[in-house]
Amino acid sequence: MKKKQKIVHPYIPNSVPKVKAKMLEDIGVKDIDELYNDIPESLRFKGEMNLPEPLTSEYALKRHVEKILSKNQTCEENISFLGGGCWQHYVPAICDEINQRSEFLTAYAGEPYEDHGRFQALFEYESLMAELLDMDVVNVPTYDWCQAASTSLRMAGRITRRNEILLSDTVSPDRFMAINNYCRPVLRLRLVKHCPKTGLMDLDDLKLKISVNTAGIYFENPSYLGFIEHQGKAISDIAHEEGALSIVGVDPISLGVMMPPSNYKVDIVCGDIQGLGIHMNYGGGHGGFIATRDEEKFVMEYPSRLFGITKTSVEGEYGFGDVAYERTSFAVREEGKEFIGTCAALWGITAGVYLSLMGPRGMQELGKVIMQKSQYAIKKLSEIKGIKAPFFDSPHFKEFIVDFNDTGMAVKDINIYLREHRIFGGKDLSREFPELGNCALYCITEIHTKDDIDKLVQALSDCLE
Amino acid sequence: MDGNKKIKLRNFHQAKWDEPIIFELSTEGERGILVPEVGKEIEECVGDGISQLPEDMIRKKGPALPEISQMRVLKHYLRLSQQCLGADLNVDIGQGTCTMKYSPKINEVLVRSPKVTELHPLQDDSTVQGALDIAYKLDTFLREISGLAQFTFQPGGGSSAIFAMVSIIHAFHEVHGEANQRDEIITTIFSHPSDAAAAVVKGYKLITVYQNEDGLPDIKALKKAVSSRTAGLLITNPEDTGIFNPKISELTKIIHAAGGLCGYDQANANGILGVTRAREADFDLCFFNLHKTFSSPHGCGGPAVGALGVKDELICYLPVPIVEFDGDKYLLNYDLPATIGKIRGFLGVFPVILRAYAWIMSLGAEGLKEVANVAVLNNNYILKKVKEIHGASAPYAIGRHRIEQVRYSWEKLTKETGVTTEDVTCRMADFGFHLWSSHHPFIVPEPFTIEPTESYSKDEIDEYIAGLKKVVEEAYDDPEKVKNAPYQSVVHKIDLSSLDDPEKWAITWRSYLKKHKSSR
Repeated sequence: MKKKQKIVHPYIPNSVPKVKAKMLEDIGVKDIDELYNDIPESLRFKGEMNLPEPLTSEYALKRHVEKILSKNQTCEENISFLGGGCWQHYVPAICDEINQRSEFLTAYAGEPYEDHGRFQALFEYESLMAELLDMDVVNVPTYDWCQAASTSLRMAGRITRRNEILLSDTVSPDRFMAINNYCRPVLRLRLVKHCPKTGLMDLDDLKLKISVNTAGIYFENPSYLGFIEHQGKAISDIAHEEGALSIVGVDPISLGVMMPPSNYKVDIVCGDIQGLGIHMNYGGGHGGFIATRDEEKFVMEYPSRLFGITKTSVEGEYGFGDVAYERTSFAVREEGKEFIGTCAALWGITAGVYLSLMGPRGMQELGKVIMQKSQYAIKKLSEIKGIKAPFFDSPHFKEFIVDFNDTGMAVKDINIYLREHRIFGGKDLSREFPELGNCALYCITEIHTKDDIDKLVQALSDCLE
Repeated sequence: MDGNKKIKLRNFHQAKWDEPIIFELSTEGERGILVPEVGKEIEECVGDGISQLPEDMIRKKGPALPEISQMRVLKHYLRLSQQCLGADLNVDIGQGTCTMKYSPKINEVLVRSPKVTELHPLQDDSTVQGALDIAYKLDTFLREISGLAQFTFQPGGGSSAIFAMVSIIHAFHEVHGEANQRDEIITTIFSHPSDAAAAVVKGYKLITVYQNEDGLPDIKALKKAVSSRTAGLLITNPEDTGIFNPKISELTKIIHAAGGLCGYDQANANGILGVTRAREADFDLCFFNLHKTFSSPHGCGGPAVGALGVKDELICYLPVPIVEFDGDKYLLNYDLPATIGKIRGFLGVFPVILRAYAWIMSLGAEGLKEVANVAVLNNNYILKKVKEIHGASAPYAIGRHRIEQVRYSWEKLTKETGVTTEDVTCRMADFGFHLWSSHHPFIVPEPFTIEPTESYSKDEIDEYIAGLKKVVEEAYDDPEKVKNAPYQSVVHKIDLSSLDDPEKWAITWRSYLKKHKSSR
């Protein structure tokens, strides 16, 4: 094969031979290999990395990647009823406009002078979330809800100096897996039963299991299975009587209409911001929030960056900086609270833009329209013979279980049929909740039109006929 | 000749909009966006929706969010963006250890495709073959780059990948019945802080090995630290000093002999792509930050991916699912017998995976090596130039070359002028540059860390050096000028005193109003 002429890659300016030679001369070495003198022969990789031939022109690269991506079928090309921790909500154009800005997209860890905008945007994110959650402290986002819940529980362990966590057994099983790995072996996790009829936490079981070892009680509202847990205050009271904390994972999109957990005496609130103006991105749009009251004992247990507002040497000028930096692993390594690093800041900025656009009325109207549309879907689905929706006899927000047990068809096969009709049916729950039998978790948001829902109902009726 | 171009330091001023806090822009009744309507038919069918909520679950008073018209929201955030200095705008070589390289714009075009953004992570495998194809191929690329056997993309950053490594180490010893006995993790002082911190989260006792006079972990100290209690080693190499540890395989040998596992923090592998790998140094696990070495933009601090790789024997411990290929189609495998469970929801940050894939595809094996070579060339060029600056020094490994970065010191400058690293950092902002000190604790006195990557031209590097020289010149002529900087940045000297005081700190606007504007 003819040896290809060495290219000067557009991403590597100093691969220009003349420039390279000049720099080597300045350094005082003959070739670049000399700069690697510290790496002994025994550690050198002698082979060639077996990678595909590069697509050096931008055009060829674009064609190549787009061809692979064309194999994907999206939730725009189909009607999707998938939820379960990632949600298809409408993303206002300005959210993308802002998070695609070079200035934000390619910034990282500059000082609060030249990166003032990053600090202010994230401070505003904290502040906007604080209003939605009705709490005084919110962190710069962590990775996702899994991490936010995990850290909330570890915070509870440190605050109470206890080592056991009680969790509702209707928590998302995937999230539970992440929590379990993050807490073990330091905290012990125990599940609290739910009422089979309503899905609500079984308070008798809770009272049975809570003890002086309990650091906190964690539940989700709306729950992973969609129903609304209205016993929040009772649960918080039971926790507090035993000296434990009440911790809730919440879908922030519900808080225009639903009572924020702080109003039913919850101590730590966590959840995911993906629904707030961030595309699903195949699970890449997540960011986790943690909120508490503004009390030192809570604030000092956050591992996250907390950006605070302050003044500068110029009268009337706002400045920003890290609050209580000494708690972080950046400052004191293993003496810090858990660890901190790169998480999901750009999504935090985006969620701030979203909440600024929505305002109080936007969030109220959104919550209302989601509830109306999901109730419409529930009503229409229930009219199909063999289907029961929702499974639990409780109010729901945007997700609910559709019970296919009496249809004689497996959810897996129903979903294949629906896919053929360009519909992504709800998540099959048979692996996660075998006790429910043949059920699926459906999600309805503001993006679903009456027509979309009617199409689902029609397709399911045809399928089950 | 190129090398003798005259370098002109910019008369720079960053955008300064004096922008209010978003809440101050609120006018009652304004709207930023309207939500889709419910429609008459649905409304007639179900009513107002909300009354289905239990009475005590209804939010009575709307959230006190600001009310702002659309263009004003846009303008506000655009102004904030202009008050932020991204890598696309500056010669971003002063944030050492962060690998602030070029994030190609074509990759941004690709990730904005609805074929990426509008995918739900729970879609059936048959509908996401493109996404799985890319994740699988990137896995195979990283296997080549590291010499390890399988990767997961779940960790949402380097620290999360470190935590995943330590979780796998824990699970491994549990399976082998030694989890209780092996309760210590060893790291080094110049490894990333999370190498230390994440181990403690997993319940380990931590031992930190300090550097010897050469700046490398002291092997004698390591030998002393190792015992039957050793669960594993977590170490960065090259460490933050940019010195490659030539004895790295001696370290892994010592740990293995004691029955521990070795995790390689290769968050930043920019100087060693195709040159040396985790496998040659006999590591059991390693991770790469796709937002560093592999070009995904840093996004003000995420979203990101810490791609975690393991050798064959540890695949069964990886978080689920992993992406597999059966010769015909790609699929998700949840069935790993000893899995640590999950590190993050779903599969990881797919746009970051896609960018890394596209970046590698644009370079190939030879291109990756060129990246490493030029990153190292640039770094040693800067080393030469910084050492010529009065007041600056490069401790350790005297007379030797460095890999991708160097931790320098202003100790002499501080002694002679009183000007500290922090002061220089603030003054550099006046010329449109970042300069970062270092991870704590400051073992190197008055530290600063420069990492040029492969992305900046010699002219740009020379401009940055000219900036450093100018600030040093000022420090000797008029130290107060440097100490009171910045002047041309967005804001002036920040009063940090309230940020550590629980009575005064304000992490949200509502908290600020309560604590500082209560008289209103």
